[in-house]
Amino acid sequence: MVARFLEGKGIPTLCLGSAYDILNAGKAPRSVFLDYPLGHSCGKPFSEKDQDDVLEQAVKLFEQITEPGNIVILDKQWEDDNWRIDASSTAASDTRQPRDQSPQFQHAADYDAAVASGAI
Amino acid sequence: MFVDYMKTIRERYLKLGYEPYRWFHADDNIVPFTPLKKKLKNSKIGLLSTSGAYSVGQCAYHYKDDTSIRAIDKNCALSNIRFSHITENYLENPRKDPNCILPLRQLLKLEALGVIGNLANEVFSCMGGVYSQRRVLNETAPELYSRFSDQEVDVVLLVPM
Repeated sequence: MVARFLEGKGIPTLCLGSAYDILNAGKAPRSVFLDYPLGHSCGKPFSEKDQDDVLEQAVKLFEQITEPGNIVILDKQWEDDNWRIDASSTAASDTRQPRDQSPQFQHAADYDAAVASGAI
Repeated sequence: MFVDYMKTIRERYLKLGYEPYRWFHADDNIVPFTPLKKKLKNSKIGLLSTSGAYSVGQCAYHYKDDTSIRAIDKNCALSNIRFSHITENYLENPRKDPNCILPLRQLLKLEALGVIGNLANEVFSCMGGVYSQRRVLNETAPELYSRFSDQEVDVVLLVPM
């Protein structure tokens, strides 16, 4: 939605995502898909080589995609396919955190830092 | 086969007794498209990550339709990058190595190599788990357009999570 908004205002955009069906439903002007588990759209953790490959291939698509539509699929694979089992599970569990309006700091010390900086 | 997240989440929520999840479906017939005005190697790139990234000293996101954004210095030490997102289960590795979802190191390298002109001095993040499409369109999107316009970026890379 944001990509389409920016593009409509005259800013070229590119979406780099790891959920093919969501990219497809969103119809962003330029989309590139990396078939990795969610949370890793910019490459494998601690692999600078893989991360560099992903970003270099992705940003080059700014010039290579000349019309809206097809999602470009990067030719890269995660080590194994076990992650797909959990990701596709329809067991009735809610993996989301509770929804309320309190800031959810990663570390308690981040709260103190936000107070000290005046952000809170 | 690629994981079918929309179908999976729809079925999970139905089993939990929730209302059917309403995914955004764009109009297939109208896809806006703006050609590049400059070569990539001369372009200034803006970045948006929806992973809920913030830097130490900033306020974290809340999980009830937080439509706010954070600006993070592109040279921020990776040890000072944090994440808060309603689906924390996807943050396990980003919290250990932010570059697997927030590509600061990679884009700075592409800047140094001359593949891109430069990365804007600040990159933006938001918390992508907002359940109001109206609020994303009326609040987050215009604010981001304003901020990217101020930066005078030529193109924007979006990394949805």
